[in-house]
Amino acid sequence: MHIVICIKQVPDSAQIRVHPVTNTIMRQGVPTIINPYDLFALEEALRLRDAYGGEVTVLTMGPPMAEDALRKALGYGADRAVLLTDRYFAGSDTLATSFALSQAIAKVGETYGAPDIVFAGKQTIDGDTAQVGPGIAKRLDLLQLTYVAKIASIDLAAREIKVERRSEGGTQMLKSRLPCLITMLEGTNEIRRGSIEDALGAARSGVLKWSAADAGIEDLTRCGLRGSPTVVKRVFAPAARAEKAVQIDTAEKTLRDTADELMAAIFTRQPALEHELAFNSGA
Amino acid sequence: MSTVNRETPRPAAGRAGIKKELPDHFKDYRHVWVFIELERGHVHSVSFELLGEGRKLADKLEVQLAGVVLGPPGEAIGNAIAEAFAYGADIVYIVEAPLLADYRNEPYTKAMTDLVATHKPEILLLGATTLGRDLAGSVATTLQTGLTADCTELDVDTDGSLAATRPTFGGSLLCTIYTLNYRPQMATVRPRVMPMPQRADKPVGRVIQHKLSITEDEIVTKVLGFLPDSQSATANLAYADVVVAGGLGLGAAENLQLVKNLARAIGAEYGCSRPLVQKGWVSADRQIGQTGKTIRPKLYIAAGISGAIQHRVGVEGADLIVAINADPNAPIFDFAHLGIVTDAIRFLPALTEAFTRRLSPHNRDKLAS
Repeated sequence: MHIVICIKQVPDSAQIRVHPVTNTIMRQGVPTIINPYDLFALEEALRLRDAYGGEVTVLTMGPPMAEDALRKALGYGADRAVLLTDRYFAGSDTLATSFALSQAIAKVGETYGAPDIVFAGKQTIDGDTAQVGPGIAKRLDLLQLTYVAKIASIDLAAREIKVERRSEGGTQMLKSRLPCLITMLEGTNEIRRGSIEDALGAARSGVLKWSAADAGIEDLTRCGLRGSPTVVKRVFAPAARAEKAVQIDTAEKTLRDTADELMAAIFTRQPALEHELAFNSGA
Repeated sequence: MSTVNRETPRPAAGRAGIKKELPDHFKDYRHVWVFIELERGHVHSVSFELLGEGRKLADKLEVQLAGVVLGPPGEAIGNAIAEAFAYGADIVYIVEAPLLADYRNEPYTKAMTDLVATHKPEILLLGATTLGRDLAGSVATTLQTGLTADCTELDVDTDGSLAATRPTFGGSLLCTIYTLNYRPQMATVRPRVMPMPQRADKPVGRVIQHKLSITEDEIVTKVLGFLPDSQSATANLAYADVVVAGGLGLGAAENLQLVKNLARAIGAEYGCSRPLVQKGWVSADRQIGQTGKTIRPKLYIAAGISGAIQHRVGVEGADLIVAINADPNAPIFDFAHLGIVTDAIRFLPALTEAFTRRLSPHNRDKLAS
């Protein structure tokens, strides 16, 4: 079984700050991580390989430094890593990204065997769009299984897969076919600790670096800024409200008095609330 | 729609030059469409919220607002049509077929892309639910057009383009995105981000039927079953009138109990900011913010939450925001109505105690009389 998993290197969003005066992102020193949602997909891919045999190829598109993320994935036990990196990809929106990745997956398939499953995370923590996975599925004509909570069974001979999929208000049990694209739901498993052999292997083995040409992409107008129908016109920090929060003074007051004062301020602004709270609280 | 390499915010002047004349074959794309999400007999309320936004866009553009209903024959589709008109649609497109009974990507994508190709809307809005996101990504890729996810504000520019604003950089900034040279301009919006519009009983207007051009034999994926969520498993956060939430200022997982205690005392739902979910302290269905739930309660109390944009966009619709935070410079004080600079761990028990005294049965009887 050949599994391809797409990951993304993202800035650790908990550590991004906005410059208070210039309103620009202070990027320096912000560490990068593998998009946390991707780790659930990576673990699922590794488990399937361990159960059914075969190989896991991990793929990312990004700047040269994204190699770090791929090495980490190799350290968890992935068999092969491909970095799609080229200046033509700069400024890609989700449509251009899914185009480039699907071309690279097709090339991976030609070179190392057609994938049975392509995995992706539910979404990324920086873009949060959840669109690249479905975009790849559509372009490669893979069955699309998003928000998968559990892979119930795979019958390789019959090319059949059964999954539990999160949907609005419940869980769908679906039967579908390989090859398919799966986006994994968060919290469905826990990424393993890589073995020592995998850690050594990750340090030794090379990450394949592919340019657009290496990935077999001929039409560069479909890549990067030129291949992106959306245009970011303006990036800005939201304006603060005209008046800041009215502060409850805490100086020289007991905790009890301060709490009473805050509560009184709440009920002054929302007089109807006191009634509602009294009857909701069911005291 | 920020993704991999779109990292450098560029000045507006540098990007404005990208606008070219809209290609001729897109010039007859007109009107605003809203996807009416009908699943297992119920219309998702995000669809009504979107009709409210769609109405404003259509009025600015002086075009019609259409609802799009996909579903199996039956009473539910009739109700969905009537509700679409009641919430402001001028016209409703429907695709009615038994094999649309359960949501599946293949037939829904087919139905939607065929409708768009035939009737050519300039704007198509969908709810950013699991269903809406699954569908929108496929439809946009099939149509090769732009899609902006999880918008927090929609507007029409002076030249008639859709200006879709959404958080970016993990929710630390906002960006406004245009789909200039492609149609339709697609956007998704999360539930509760837009206010619920007024409903007005109206006669059912023009309904246009469209045939589904795919048969069950052509659909690979089959639905074997559906297991509804148990009531207790679903946090009723998005629709709660009062919400109390905790953030990193709580310091330790066990201090979440202080938030739960206050919530219980005032009959509120409890929630948390994103870092607590990432730390594994709270389950993901309790997360409030851009990537969690958007809430519009009458009262929101945030304890130890700094108020990053990613959180802010999820709570701004609250009538009254109360912030408790030890850091006087925390951004949450920029959009809260009431603030108190103090340690949430110490203050929460005092506030719980204050409410418990005030709302005790004794005082409650006085209130009732």
